[in-house]
Amino acid sequence: MMNTINASGADSTEINQRLSQEDGEFFIEGCLGQRFLGAGMGGGKHIRISGIPGNALGAYLNGAEIETQGNAQDAVGDTMNAGRIIIHGNVGDTAGYAMRGGKIFIRGNAGYRTGVHMKEYQRHIPVIVIGGRAGSFLGEYQAGGLIIVLGLNEDEKPIVGGFPCTGMYGGKVFLRGDARHVSFPPQVTLRPAEQGDIDEISGHLNDYCRVFGLDSSWILASPFTVITPNSKNPYKQMYVTN
Amino acid sequence: MSKLEGQIRIPSGCAISAVISKTGEKMTGEKIIESMIPMHERSNGLGGGFAGYGIYPEYKDFFALHIFFRDALSRRECEEYLKDKVEIVKQESIHVRKTPGIKDAPLIRRYFVAPMPCALAASQLDENEYIMRIVIQINTDIAGAYVFSSGKNMGIFKAVGYPEDVGRFYRLDEYEAYCWTAHGRYPTNTPGWWGGAHPFGLLDYSIVHNGEISSYDANRRFIEMFGYRCTLQTDTEVITYIADFLLRKQKLTLQEMASVIAAPFWSEIERKTDAEKEVLAYFRTVYSSLLVTGPFSIILGFTGGLMALNDRLKLRSMVTAEKGDKVLIASEEAAIRAMEPDAENIAYPAGGEPVIVRLKEGAY
Repeated sequence: MMNTINASGADSTEINQRLSQEDGEFFIEGCLGQRFLGAGMGGGKHIRISGIPGNALGAYLNGAEIETQGNAQDAVGDTMNAGRIIIHGNVGDTAGYAMRGGKIFIRGNAGYRTGVHMKEYQRHIPVIVIGGRAGSFLGEYQAGGLIIVLGLNEDEKPIVGGFPCTGMYGGKVFLRGDARHVSFPPQVTLRPAEQGDIDEISGHLNDYCRVFGLDSSWILASPFTVITPNSKNPYKQMYVTN
Repeated sequence: MSKLEGQIRIPSGCAISAVISKTGEKMTGEKIIESMIPMHERSNGLGGGFAGYGIYPEYKDFFALHIFFRDALSRRECEEYLKDKVEIVKQESIHVRKTPGIKDAPLIRRYFVAPMPCALAASQLDENEYIMRIVIQINTDIAGAYVFSSGKNMGIFKAVGYPEDVGRFYRLDEYEAYCWTAHGRYPTNTPGWWGGAHPFGLLDYSIVHNGEISSYDANRRFIEMFGYRCTLQTDTEVITYIADFLLRKQKLTLQEMASVIAAPFWSEIERKTDAEKEVLAYFRTVYSSLLVTGPFSIILGFTGGLMALNDRLKLRSMVTAEKGDKVLIASEEAAIRAMEPDAENIAYPAGGEPVIVRLKEGAY
C-alpha cells in the first residue's frame, strides 16, 4: 500500500515520525527544505519524494531506499550505512559525506566535496555514481569506497572542478575519459582503467543505467581513468617532521 | 550585567537569501520573508534582518539614517550631535507591529538627512565620506546609539528574533523594493544584539553573511587604518567596511573586489595568462591584508544591484536561479522555491566566483 504524506506545512520531525511507523512504500509530496528525511531508516521502506528535500537527506540511512524527482540540497547520505539514494536532479555540496556503505546515484551534477572522507570496511563498500559533473574537492580525504563520475553533460564543462582527491588515502575514483585537463595532487596516481577495473564498476553502472533508463553499453565501452592513493608518495612531513 | 555585543567574543550557521528585479519592478517584503521560513533551522532566534533597495523614492536624495537608541538620553545626545552636522528634513519612529518573539526593542528612529552645506564645505570631504564619518563617530562615541542603516533610497531592518518574525515586526509588507536581501542569524562569536544582526550597512552598501571568517583581526587591523572602527567584533561588520573601502574609496570593480577578498590560490594564478597573472598577483600583494579566509557566503547589496560571493574553498552553500526578470539567490534551493516555485536555471556558483546582478540602465 502506498502511504502519501503531504509535506506542505509539515516539519521534518512529523514527516519522519510518519515514515517510522511502518514499512512499505511512501510518497512525500510538496517537500520544501525539510531536513533529515529518512534519517537512519532501515530496509523495508521505499520513499519517493517530490519537491525539494532539505539538507542531510537520508543521513545515517541504514537500508531504506530514497528516490527524489528533482534536486536535493547539501549533505545527501551523510554518514549513510546501507541502502540507496536516487537523485533525478542535482545535489548540493558534500553528498556522501563520511559514507560507510550503500549507494548514491545522482543523475545530474554534484556540488563541492562529494564523497568527502567516505570509507570502507571489508564488504561494506559505499558507491557514489554522478551522471553529470562533480564540483571541486571530489573525494577529499577519501579513505575507501568508489566514486564514479560519468560526465554525460554536453555543455563542454570539465567533468570535475579543482583539487580533486586532495588528501585521498584509500578507495578509488573513476572518471570517464582521460582526465587530461584535470590536475591532481602528487599523492595520488592516475592510470587508464583496465578490464579488471571496469569489471569492478560494471555492476554498479548497470544498476545506475537501469534506474535512469540509460543505455549502459556505450558508457561501459568508454575509456575511464582510475585514481588511487600513491603509496610510493605517502603523506609525510606535511605538518611536522615525522 | 551581562556583556553586550562588542564587549565579548564567543567562538555561525546562518541563512541568507536575496531577490532582485533587473527591470526595477517593485516587490513588497512578503516574498523575501517567505524565503526564510524553510531555512528556519539555520537561525536560532538571535538575529534576523532585511535590506530593501528603492524603498524611499520620495526622499531618494537624502541619506536615510536608521538608528537604535537604548533610551531617551542616548537619543538626545545623538540628536544634539546630528543637529550641527546635518539638515534633517524628516524624522520619525520606524513603525513596527507588535510581534510575539520580538521583545526588548530599543527606540528605533529614522532620519532623512543631508549634510549641512557650510559644514560639508568646511570639511573638504565629499558627502559620502562626510556621512560615513558621522556614522562611525556615533557608533563609536555615543553610548547607546547605533546607526544601522545610512544609505540613500534604501534601508536595513533588523532585530533579535527569527527573520520571519523580524520581517513582520518591521511591516516589510508595506515597503516596496526592487531588491531585497535577508539574513537569519545563528551567532557563534557574539551574544546577539539588535545592532549585531545582519544586514550590516554603510552608506548604500549592505552585507548579509553566512560563515565565520578566520581573518577577522588581520582584516580589522588593516581597515581601521582608514578611519573605520569595528565596534561589534563580528566579522560581517569588517566585510562591510572592506566593501566600502575597495569599491568606494579604491574604486575597484566588483569583480576586482572578489579577486581581493576571495583571491585565487597561487597555484591557480600560475595557470592563468600572463596578463591575468599580473593583475591577480598585484591584488594579492597590495591588498594581502584584505584576503578573507575561512567559510563565508555573502550577498552585497548596493544601489542598482547585488553581488553574491562564496569563499574560495566554498565552505558554505549558495544557490542561484532566475524567474522572468528576477534573479534569486539563497543558501538553499528550498528558499528560492518558497519565493518562486517555478524558478529556472538553478545554478551553484563555485568558490570565489562572484555572481553580479545589475539593474538595466535607468531602471532605478
